[in-house]
Amino acid sequence: MSNVSSSEIRREFAKSKVGLIGIGILASLIILSVIAAVTIPIDTFKQWNNPGNWISYPKSSAPIWVNYFMTQKIPEHLILDNPSTITKDDVISLTSHQFGVQYHYDDFPSDFIYEYSVEYSGSQLLQISVIRPDQSQILLLSRSLPHSDTKIVHHERIFSTDNSIKKNIQIYFSEIGFYNQNTSSEDMIFANKDGQVLKGDYLFLVNIFGVEENVEIIDSKLILGGKVFGIMGTDELRRDLAVGLIWGTPLALFIGISVAVGSVVAGLIYGVYAGFKGKKTDEAMMRFNDVIYALPALPFLIILAVTISNSIFVLVGFLMIFSWVGIAKVSRSMALQIKTRQYVEASQMMGQKNSKIIFKHIIPQLLPYAFASIAISVPAAITTEAGISFLGLGDPTFPTWGQILHDAYTYGAAARGMWWWIAPPGIMIAITGLAFVFIGNALDAIVNPKLKK
Amino acid sequence: MFGVLMITLLLTIALVGSNMDIILKQGIAYQVRAEITESPTIAQSFATVEEFDQFVREQIDQRMKTLGLDTPWYSPQRIGFTMYKILILDFGNATFLTSDSGSSNVGDILLEKIPRTVLLFTTATIIISIIGIFLGALAGSKVGSVVDRITSAFAVISSSFPVWWVGMLMIFMFAFTYQIFPARATPSILPTEPDYILALLYHMTLPLITIVLIGFGTWAYLVRNFMVGTLQEDFISAKKAIGISKKKIIYKHALKNAAPPIITILALSLSGSLGGAIITEAVFDWPGMGRLYFEAISVMDLPIIIGATYVLTVLFLISIFVADLLYGYFDPRVKTE
Repeated sequence: MSNVSSSEIRREFAKSKVGLIGIGILASLIILSVIAAVTIPIDTFKQWNNPGNWISYPKSSAPIWVNYFMTQKIPEHLILDNPSTITKDDVISLTSHQFGVQYHYDDFPSDFIYEYSVEYSGSQLLQISVIRPDQSQILLLSRSLPHSDTKIVHHERIFSTDNSIKKNIQIYFSEIGFYNQNTSSEDMIFANKDGQVLKGDYLFLVNIFGVEENVEIIDSKLILGGKVFGIMGTDELRRDLAVGLIWGTPLALFIGISVAVGSVVAGLIYGVYAGFKGKKTDEAMMRFNDVIYALPALPFLIILAVTISNSIFVLVGFLMIFSWVGIAKVSRSMALQIKTRQYVEASQMMGQKNSKIIFKHIIPQLLPYAFASIAISVPAAITTEAGISFLGLGDPTFPTWGQILHDAYTYGAAARGMWWWIAPPGIMIAITGLAFVFIGNALDAIVNPKLKK
Repeated sequence: MFGVLMITLLLTIALVGSNMDIILKQGIAYQVRAEITESPTIAQSFATVEEFDQFVREQIDQRMKTLGLDTPWYSPQRIGFTMYKILILDFGNATFLTSDSGSSNVGDILLEKIPRTVLLFTTATIIISIIGIFLGALAGSKVGSVVDRITSAFAVISSSFPVWWVGMLMIFMFAFTYQIFPARATPSILPTEPDYILALLYHMTLPLITIVLIGFGTWAYLVRNFMVGTLQEDFISAKKAIGISKKKIIYKHALKNAAPPIITILALSLSGSLGGAIITEAVFDWPGMGRLYFEAISVMDLPIIIGATYVLTVLFLISIFVADLLYGYFDPRVKTE
């Protein structure tokens, strides 16, 4: 073990390409976590297991960018919640929401849903129609909202399978003479005369007519069902995987770093104390160390997670229990060496307290080694936690990467070809691990010059 | 060493004991109620509801006493009794799980599962170490060469992927996208049929490839580091000066000197392979110790948990012991100390 000053380490580290790459990856992961914390409301990850939150998302759909590699463009799942609003106050008032869609995909949408809440009183009429790229206008639905003398809020979801929509479409297409009974409403709307997809700009009009003007559309959303959605796609439970993956980052960093720091600090102090004290204390402490070393870690972690608690914070503690052992052994042998140095003996002779010698003279010597081992033990902590979560024993309230993989496994993602559900979480685990391994290796090479050559 | 074993056992019993008691007690209460509903004459023979309740409670208490559940699980005689039975290798009967042949004796179940885990993971570990040692020796002898760089890079990258995740990807690729290997590792035909061995080997291929693929890089890297250290020593330079061929130096002299730590790691990873396989076996559905352990924990089958933990710990301790002995054999310097 050599004496390397901190400035020297910094200089050497700046020379190491691998170390810099590691720092780079780590920095981007931290930035990602910060972005996650700032932009995505904390609510989203608490809602992770609430199916109601994800209702307007598509089921098991691939990421949006697969379309770049496809000759046949897969329809995108579109959630249009930003209509242009027109209001007219006449004898009959009109509130109109218009949703424009550029439809240029090679397949029909799987369905469409119009979801709205409207506050009104009296009798109102709701009319939905669509203007197609060939300028033909089809009336889809015309229905009156339930009458009310007082102000009420009406909430409704209108599905493309709605019978009156089907009837209206039948009337329209029978007139121009190519109605096909077996084709669903959405396919008819988006089809040309040959039954192919009619590409171009569609405009969905939602009009509410009333005799009094006190109509206010609070919420209005048109969902065009598709098979690709979002940057990372969605899973079987309609959850947006991008949200889960991004939220997994701070969790993984938290687990990895806190376990590594906790176990290294504990092991370091334990080992140094044993080595410094020597004799019977050393012997006893090392025997205890051996006992922990001989415990089968993963089985015990599983038993602990099942019997005591699977909270993420408790799990961090359990992981620490099993990971300080190796560090304690190494730091003990290092402490044995340092103990014999003259300045330690001198300060002992001067009557300094043991704790002061340990913390002022011995541990600072071991710090470079400690940093290297922190960096090296982070990936193990992350993969172990992911493994426990993968078995379904992790904390269900947090969307960790292992949790996502657990869901993927239970819903048979591999068998159904849903690669976007399996690959990204593992890649994230590996990238995070790699960042710390790179940093650790770079530090290790500086601390142990023998490996460098 | 014996002490370690006992502490492990004690910890296991302490962790699962209380839950086990609750499950057993509930089981007894359920059993008593079921018996009463089955024979209505018992219920009719009581005049009042209180009397009937009294009877049920007495029945439950009586049965608990015969099973020794009236004393808490941490009472010395119960723990002592459990530990004594385990020491004479009598693990008792499993509560829920059975072996494939239908026996619920824990010893039978373990004996059935261990060979399968050994077949898969020990084979994998041996293949990994052979590839690792040669690749590591090659890389270590040419520090800075292309082989060395590729090996080191591969080691670092492969070690950050969890084996089970790579397993999932492999299943996705080779079992579903290209249908070369079966997705489930449990053979679909019965063990009595003549083709069973072949089927087992065929089903074993995918997990074996996965484990080897992820494992050998780390090994090669470790061996490489030991080799780099050894090759810097004086006696190697002396041998080079005498004119012994490079190949002979690497494989005979340097590798032999790097052997002690390598053997220690080999022994530890062999025994570790038996227990660390829980997740991998779950992914590939391999019917070995790891999956047994996981199933036992998910239904809280206490005798199996204790038995399996005991066996794992014993194997681990034996391999530490053997590793120590071998270390002394290969590196006589340790003996005199």
